[in-house]
Amino acid sequence: MTEPRRAPESPTMEMTSNKEVLRRIEYTGDMLLNMGPQHPSTHGVINFLVQTDGEVMKRAIPEVGYLHRSIEKIGEKCTYNGFMPYTDRVDYIAAMFANQGWAMAVERLLGVEVPKRAEYCRVIACELNRISSHLISVGTMAMDVGAVTPFPYALREREFVNDLLEELCGARLTYNYLRIGGVGFDLPEGYADKVITFVDHFEKILVEFNRLITHNEIFVQRLGGLAPISREMAIDYCLVGPNLRASGLPFDVRKDLPYSIYPELQFEVPVGRGSMGALGDAWDRFWVRVEEMKQSCRILRQCIAQIPRGETMGKVPRKIKFTEGLEAYSRIESARGDMQYYVVAGGGENAYRVKVRTGSFTAMGIIDALSRGLMIADLVALIASLDVVAPEIDR
Amino acid sequence: MTPEAIQQSLAAKFGDAVGPLQPANRDPWVEVKPAAVREVCAFLKADPQLRFDCLMNVSAVDWPKQNQIHVVYHLFSYEKRHSFILKAKLDRAAPSVPSVEPVWKSADWLEREQFDLLGVAFEGHPDLRRIMLPDDWVGHPLRKDYAEQAQYHQISTTRESPLDGFVRLDEMKKSAAAKAAAAAAPPAAEPKKEIPS
Repeated sequence: MTEPRRAPESPTMEMTSNKEVLRRIEYTGDMLLNMGPQHPSTHGVINFLVQTDGEVMKRAIPEVGYLHRSIEKIGEKCTYNGFMPYTDRVDYIAAMFANQGWAMAVERLLGVEVPKRAEYCRVIACELNRISSHLISVGTMAMDVGAVTPFPYALREREFVNDLLEELCGARLTYNYLRIGGVGFDLPEGYADKVITFVDHFEKILVEFNRLITHNEIFVQRLGGLAPISREMAIDYCLVGPNLRASGLPFDVRKDLPYSIYPELQFEVPVGRGSMGALGDAWDRFWVRVEEMKQSCRILRQCIAQIPRGETMGKVPRKIKFTEGLEAYSRIESARGDMQYYVVAGGGENAYRVKVRTGSFTAMGIIDALSRGLMIADLVALIASLDVVAPEIDR
Repeated sequence: MTPEAIQQSLAAKFGDAVGPLQPANRDPWVEVKPAAVREVCAFLKADPQLRFDCLMNVSAVDWPKQNQIHVVYHLFSYEKRHSFILKAKLDRAAPSVPSVEPVWKSADWLEREQFDLLGVAFEGHPDLRRIMLPDDWVGHPLRKDYAEQAQYHQISTTRESPLDGFVRLDEMKKSAAAKAAAAAAPPAAEPKKEIPS
């Protein structure tokens, strides 16, 4: 990258009212630019206050909150089961994980056991959702840096996943599939074959996708070495999920703090290697997501092969009530990383306090520090590579 | 390390500032005196046995009954793979606690959110301003006694239910029909009340 252009020491200001002269004055101040809130590359309604000197940014300050729907407050007003559809809206691209985080938090409070078949249904639904979420992520990331072709390719595959999920729970985006203590519906007839058909097809597409974009020379040149995040910085700013793994830390909640049936499944945790520039650069974050889709396919095959027969709902009381002050914490590996629910139970049928800690929120906190010295065009690539989703930031 | 061992090493270092482990809940936690929060956190991060390198979550819970606001810190160590929960109990009238932003950078945004939604002042925070709500918003919505302002820049914050319109329309039609009926026919004598047998 070239050195930031320095402003001259003293402006050539001439004390005259002549407009001809005024026009020749060299402007030396910084320009303050509002990027957003309605900007096509900010993935939702986010505003960036960009302080620039020419094309080089001095700082980009994220201004969030445009999509704040006070989901945490709504959580205090509904019953535990009634809050489940609202969790879909926390992250509408990967709604299944938000469902699971809430279900697991309340199940920890209740101490109920979820039947094996329901756990398998959950994992199948979640991994399908992970594929669809990562497809959006890698597709939009390619589009944001100027490659328009991969985006429809990714969305075409996502349609198949959406069809599968629609068959499972009736919705294509906000699933509301999980229940506290199980899942809403059992797998429909012939579902296993459909999933396997999709996985067979999708694994071939991934190879094609890698040929098309991941190892594309122009794409690698554009993203390799861009905005690298060191491992220490990633931990300090609490980056999670693929962003953290791209920085070289092999941590996956599914593997390291296992929940559900993940201990029974074989899969690997892809970690960024810095093969196209620096460790933890934008290309690494892209590549980790592509690799994770492969692992999701692997998990799906195992789940379909191993799924047992049985119930899909555990024994859950009709009215869920706790003593006041009881609290639980749940951590799951969402598509956007470690998603955490902190629930404090109220005396009645409502929660007293719900706190949702999401991956996008902490990922936004690092942009200010990373943006110094980047080009404006690189900011777009940086946001896309962190895979932030606006409703998940604001909740 | 187990939570018990972590609590013991904290108690050995800080004495009274750190309370006993509260095992009654699903996840055990430890109470810390608000004034000592930053020192305790810096110790938790720096100690080679503990190495809590990541602040996962900061939440605040409003308890009007006890006249307190609890600030809850969820810590995690990627190096040692253990987690721990700290709680600071603040006075509800003027909740204030030292910021842990110098210890973990992730505290910057997490604390700003709690300041915005619950009005907890984090002393020493470099950029403590609202994050979710507009800067000129009044009140902190996640407090239990929060009452929303009626208007924000002459925009009403409440909206009448669309069903109310239908009810009014229905009533208007009914009253119009009653008026028309009254105009058409002179009021008849009151019907005789049936005497129940």
